[in-house]
Amino acid sequence: MSLITEHQVVLDLQGPDRHTATRTLAETLVADGRCTDLELFLDDVRKREEQMATGLPGGIGIPHARSAAITTPSLVFGRTTGVDWGAADGPATLIFLIAAPDGGGQEHLQILAKLARKLMRSEFRQALLEAPDATTVVDIVNREVVNA
Amino acid sequence: MKFVGVTSCPTGIAHTYMAAEGLEQAAKAAGHEIVVETQGSAGSDPISQDVINAADAVIFAHDLPVKDIHRFAGKPTVDVGVKKAISDGPALIAQAVAAAEAHHANPAAAAASAAAVPAGGLATKVDASASTGTQIRQWLMTGVSYMIPFVAAGGILIALGFMLAQVALGKNGAVDITAYDINLPKDLPHSIMHSFNPVSLTWWAALLFRVGATAFGFLVPALSGFIAYAIADRPGLVPGFVGGALANATGAGFLGGLVTGILSGLVARWISGWKVGKGVRGVMPVVVIPLLSTLIVGGLFVVVLGRPIKGISDGLTSWLNGLSGGSAIVLGLIVGAMMGFDLGGPVNKVAYFFGTTGLAAAGTALDAPQLKVMAAVMAAGMVAPLGMALATTLRPSLFTEPERENGKAAWLLGLSFISEGAIPFAAADPLRVISSSVVGSAITGAICMALGPTLRAPHGGIWVAPLMGNVFGFLIALAVGVAVMAGLVVVLKSNASAKVAAAA
Repeated sequence: MSLITEHQVVLDLQGPDRHTATRTLAETLVADGRCTDLELFLDDVRKREEQMATGLPGGIGIPHARSAAITTPSLVFGRTTGVDWGAADGPATLIFLIAAPDGGGQEHLQILAKLARKLMRSEFRQALLEAPDATTVVDIVNREVVNA
Repeated sequence: MKFVGVTSCPTGIAHTYMAAEGLEQAAKAAGHEIVVETQGSAGSDPISQDVINAADAVIFAHDLPVKDIHRFAGKPTVDVGVKKAISDGPALIAQAVAAAEAHHANPAAAAASAAAVPAGGLATKVDASASTGTQIRQWLMTGVSYMIPFVAAGGILIALGFMLAQVALGKNGAVDITAYDINLPKDLPHSIMHSFNPVSLTWWAALLFRVGATAFGFLVPALSGFIAYAIADRPGLVPGFVGGALANATGAGFLGGLVTGILSGLVARWISGWKVGKGVRGVMPVVVIPLLSTLIVGGLFVVVLGRPIKGISDGLTSWLNGLSGGSAIVLGLIVGAMMGFDLGGPVNKVAYFFGTTGLAAAGTALDAPQLKVMAAVMAAGMVAPLGMALATTLRPSLFTEPERENGKAAWLLGLSFISEGAIPFAAADPLRVISSSVVGSAITGAICMALGPTLRAPHGGIWVAPLMGNVFGFLIALAVGVAVMAGLVVVLKSNASAKVAAAA
């Protein structure tokens, strides 16, 4: 199964805060059977956020967790008009929810590692920011991360 | 420049890799190279030790403890949280450049001076980009710089013990004091632990002598251990120290310690570089590397080198015994050269025991030839430390700061017939120092036999002068040898540094 489908793209993600936004993104995983227990997963993500907020400079938020509730390594992409994600330079507009199974096979984790590296590339972020629809977002991720 | 980095974060699936990417981009943009080890959940490929050794500086961008951090010991380091590498990679690269430049600006001081220990760990050494010859010299200098305090502390305590003993026990004091020991059976009169008397000078002399002798026991292990440390960082310490102790036990002396130090370092570095499974990696530094490297070094040294050393000792002993009937001056020349050769090692010991065995044979005769041999042996054994002390006084610029300090202590050690005072110099620059020492000591031995001073004490140096016949002859022989040796060392070292200057 691929890292992301059109179901995991939320182009008009609403706040008002990062916990609500994260819940909206995570619900797409439950609907597709990628997550078996929404509350458990959200709890795992919240624990990670409490250690240190995952907002990064440049308007990025990367909530993420390894969780027993996750069956398939997944990415959920959200675009917002701005939700505070704890970064010093302001609210986040691009949200990447990264979900990894607890035991996680090496191969899947390699793909997530590649995704993380791509997030550091401004042309990758720009392409996602400008993507007109969900299909384009999925294509970009597949082209740049999964099949690269 | 070349850098290495380690990144890690609590979950190990996002920040670790973003940080690695951030560092790689920043390094590339600034025209540097970097290899980053991502200690995340996708498994980490350890950076090879060769790449680490070649790096100018290390960047740790981590929220978890760096795994196997000893691999990076001694490198200039930038140490920050993982987010810093994501948000501001270029700043970290700039910091790493600054740290590397500060380190390069003063590598010699770091190699030579134990006082330059940074807060993070023990100082070495060693500029990985230097030529092989320079690196070997830096390894030896690291070992020497850590050994010098043992030489100074132990040697001076022993010398003070001799001096006090002369005061307390009369002219045989420096000989009698060696009968005392820390923990002898209770009914013997010389056990310091049982019978120490704080108002008796004798007991203080015995205490100083024995504590000093104990400190001296660390001399070869510390040399060997820190040579290995310079080569392999912390994994080298255990095989290095144990190897040095075995060099002591087999009578191989400091030359044996140089061998065990270098061997231990190379073996430990080799084992550290093994690619092992994740489960084993955790116990590599505390169990596997020390266990295997110590076994290999210890086994090789005792089994392979122990026997030849014993063979050489036996051969030299019978050769010396054969020479006894011949020319006294030739005999003096030979025992002198042997005393100056390895400063407490097997060759030196053969000559020394040849001298002391003669004492027993001489009985009470006042003018027995064996008493002249003993005088020659002791005078020759005093040449190396005194010669180096004189050389450091005449030409301080040819020596490092710790060597100059050691030179001051070497006066006292030399006068006390503690040849080990010269070991730091000989270990740092074996060829020049040992060849000078052999020539100087041989001349002293020969002159001694020609002038014929006698001695009935097996040790004590200048402090047993009251036991000598013809002290004047003894002093002349000693002075000539010391002057010759100091002159040779200065000439040889000046040539060497002139060559370096010409090449630079």
